[in-house]
Amino acid sequence: MKNNKLILGIAALTLVVFFMISADHIDAPAVQGGSSDITDFYAFQGEDTNNLVFVANVQGLLSPSATATATFDENVLIEFNIDTTGDNVEDLVIQAIPRDGKMYFFGPTAPTATGLNSAIETMATQSVVDITTYGTSASVANNAGMRFFAGPRDDPFFMDFAQYSAIIGGTATSFNNPGSDTFAGSNVMSVVVEVPKSMIGTSGTINTWVESKSKQ
Amino acid sequence: MKILNKVHALNTKDMTNHLKLVLSTLLMTALIMSCSNDDDNNMQNQIDFSGTFAQQDQMGRPAVNTVFVSSSSKDMFNTTIPSQQNAAFQTMFQTNLEGLSPAYANPGDTNALGLDAATFTGLLATDVLNVSLDGTTTFYDGTNVLTGRALADDVITVELLLIFGGEDFSENPGLSNDNVDANDKPFLTSFPYLASPW
Repeated sequence: MKNNKLILGIAALTLVVFFMISADHIDAPAVQGGSSDITDFYAFQGEDTNNLVFVANVQGLLSPSATATATFDENVLIEFNIDTTGDNVEDLVIQAIPRDGKMYFFGPTAPTATGLNSAIETMATQSVVDITTYGTSASVANNAGMRFFAGPRDDPFFMDFAQYSAIIGGTATSFNNPGSDTFAGSNVMSVVVEVPKSMIGTSGTINTWVESKSKQ
Repeated sequence: MKILNKVHALNTKDMTNHLKLVLSTLLMTALIMSCSNDDDNNMQNQIDFSGTFAQQDQMGRPAVNTVFVSSSSKDMFNTTIPSQQNAAFQTMFQTNLEGLSPAYANPGDTNALGLDAATFTGLLATDVLNVSLDGTTTFYDGTNVLTGRALADDVITVELLLIFGGEDFSENPGLSNDNVDANDKPFLTSFPYLASPW
């Protein structure tokens, strides 16, 4: 029994270490495990190729039971930043903030100020979607040519993070074949926005990133 | 108790005014509270969106902070705006890249994109995702490079190849592919694209 407990303890510790890093899951001490921890960011052409889709995932590695009680934090603003001029400064933002079971969206709009501190751009186009609850089908809202979702989803990220950690830690020298997806069976809290490209630009390349910002 | 003492100190006229103020404040509070509990769309402008929101975390490309930023600097990287990241972090990125994949320290050594350590880390240190408005959006599909990030993109293998795979993706085969090539659930062809939760 003692040995079993010890093995369990080591296994738990090892899991914690495995989960320390990945796409952006638990990437830094100030945010890890908290409601503002971004796990992943995606931007791609939509099913309608006239549209772009932005995905921000937060609160990674949720087990199914943890997902049932997971919520977005009303003090955390999720902000998609879009640079259309190539200087890596945001020219447009799309903001998402939860209130009372709904996710409110503002934009895309030119922010009143760029950088680390933001106000919610309440004068911009406002959209709202019911936050999908665990175990129900996805609730989707349409407004002003855009489409919105907020709620739990399967974590789309995949990687043999355990073996990567073993390699970095010096206890393995190569990946296994086949590998094992460390993120299999886990969920995230996801925000998905689909926007007509015409709201962003006409041609060329944009630079985009996502931020989480906490109310002061 | 402090309020009661204050009320006792007031004369009758002031006290009446004071009570009116208290009553109207209570009434307004009741109205605001009833609005916030109401799902009626007409009440939406009553929702409190005020305040300043300060940056906690940010992300452009996958795994950049994780792989290239030293432990003690990870929070600082998350709160450095992208336009200032290159100046602040490119040197650290290059040191950490050459630590991971020592071949990069050899003069003239490049990855399959033809980027040497300085150029590759110069690209990565500004942590934004480049997205094309004109067509295929993928991290890398063999033809298109950094034109977006689709859900099914095997971004980790792409990054491992660019870090360990050398000029033609043939070096360090045991380190250049984690052999996990797809998600554990199929993605949807339609909005919201991500699979339902487990």
